Amino acid sequence: MDVIEGRVWVFGDNVDTDAIVAGEYLDAPIEETIKHVFASLKPDFVNEVRQGDVIVAGKNFGCGSSRENAPASLKAVGIKCIIAESFARIFFRNAIAIGLPVISALGVPGRFQEGDTASIDFSRSMIVNVTDGDSLHAEPLADEMIEILDSGGILEVLRRHGGGNQ
Amino acid sequence: MTTAEKILARASGRDIVRPGEYVTAEIDKFMSHDAFAAVHMSLASVGVQKICNPERVVVALDHYVPPPTQRAASIHQLVRDGVRKYGITNFYAERGGIAHQVMMEKGHVLPGQLVVGTDSHTCTYGALGAASCGIGFSEMAYALATGKLWFRVPQTIRFELNGELPFPVSSKDIILKIAGDYSAEAAQYKAVEFSGRASRDMSVESRMTISNMAVEIGAKFCFFETDDKTQAYLSNRTHEPYQEIHFEEPSENMEVYHIDVSEMEPVVAIPHCVDNVKQISQLERLEIHQAILGSCTNGRLEDLRIGAEFIKGKTVHPNVRLLVIPASWEIYRQAMDEGLLSIFLEAGGIILNPSCGPCFGAHMGLLAPGERCISSTNRNFKGRMGSDQAEVFLASPATVITSAVHGYITDPRES
Repeated sequence: MDVIEGRVWVFGDNVDTDAIVAGEYLDAPIEETIKHVFASLKPDFVNEVRQGDVIVAGKNFGCGSSRENAPASLKAVGIKCIIAESFARIFFRNAIAIGLPVISALGVPGRFQEGDTASIDFSRSMIVNVTDGDSLHAEPLADEMIEILDSGGILEVLRRHGGGNQ
Repeated sequence: MTTAEKILARASGRDIVRPGEYVTAEIDKFMSHDAFAAVHMSLASVGVQKICNPERVVVALDHYVPPPTQRAASIHQLVRDGVRKYGITNFYAERGGIAHQVMMEKGHVLPGQLVVGTDSHTCTYGALGAASCGIGFSEMAYALATGKLWFRVPQTIRFELNGELPFPVSSKDIILKIAGDYSAEAAQYKAVEFSGRASRDMSVESRMTISNMAVEIGAKFCFFETDDKTQAYLSNRTHEPYQEIHFEEPSENMEVYHIDVSEMEPVVAIPHCVDNVKQISQLERLEIHQAILGSCTNGRLEDLRIGAEFIKGKTVHPNVRLLVIPASWEIYRQAMDEGLLSIFLEAGGIILNPSCGPCFGAHMGLLAPGERCISSTNRNFKGRMGSDQAEVFLASPATVITSAVHGYITDPRES
């Protein structure tokens, strides 16, 4: 996987999937849900997010419901990578499954201000704050996850393997 | 090995697995609900025409029952279409109830099985000793097509629940207190084993309340040991043989938390986090506008029995709407036969059909800005049940019903 570089949005601890996309949009098409991402937590986000931005968050990012439209909506609005101190496991799996890179890094909160530029080197599991030169190590992704991300998601893996129906 | 390690080793064809290892494991049972529509679309998008083991798949509609919108009705159409296409015979449509409850009461889950479901509360089946966890619909599509999925072998921690639980304190109070004391991340990526006298004393239904909320402390799997109660529960529901679950002595490096439940008080999770927990005696007078008794957490027969006991001969406060939602058709029928539903009805409660109801914020009892709800459900996130200016408090069935009668959050011991 390449190095990802992008402008940072900062979030705190325990950002739940209801806060990413509220339950009332659970059955809506993605074109609709992306208008409501972080609606109550960060109302300006949907208007100001740009293609290639990066999220830096605290503990337990993506806790709550297993709704896959949470990471899917973040990917659809242009988020290229999420760095967090820790992730809720279902969100983490879902993000990998849809091809959105996520990476855990202990101590990442406080190392970035909103608007800084972050650089994530997956092969070296290294995160750099390009704005101030600060850097820290991240938890390496397993080969299984890299394969899924490189393919563009688990459905693409399935397509490559003939849809599982040989 | 721990319970999680034994199950993942068996399912991945290995003799031994260790925490942190990645394995590809064969799935014993698959659960899906309304999200099966998205699974179906995902399978179709990559050209999958048939799935690996349709007989291992269970689908029950529960989120949008009955559909509140045309869009939701279309989702159910898609589910039915997929169920037909892939030959899934364990399809309950809207006549089963909440999918988790259906999985357990219809005998689809056995101790020692590896189960995945398109819902975060799939971990509920740990009450019966299954390694079960939630996944998304893309992963479900992959797992259905190939029969397998990757897992990281989790570390295991243990909560040893000692002492005798003083009525009306319940297993809901225990799991909320654990969230409050040890945080929503206490078991992040980990498997949790519940042991001790209080775990053994508990009914299988009370265990389900705890395993249901294991995901609220981050857990991947949750386990209770197999005992005569588990066997009695399963004997009425399945004839399939199964491997009993018995925990090994904890290894030296296993985190073991000892909790004495005998001094425990009723607790409430206050907005907007499940781990923001207070003893009910510490709360100021908080008026409520809605009370909910139901859900995959606390919508079983014993919950309705306790609710009925606390409301019999009383009335719901005029400022409060009480929603009673049996978790399944089987429970609904039993509650009707026992006369519980008429007790709620006489008291002024609204009895809804078995479903997820308003728990996830789509329909059937949403909150206006400024409204406050006390609920036996499992999440109180901001905006979870309607307005993001509303508040959801989580509590046991006894606390919910006592509060519905008084019109403010009330200690059930003052009932």
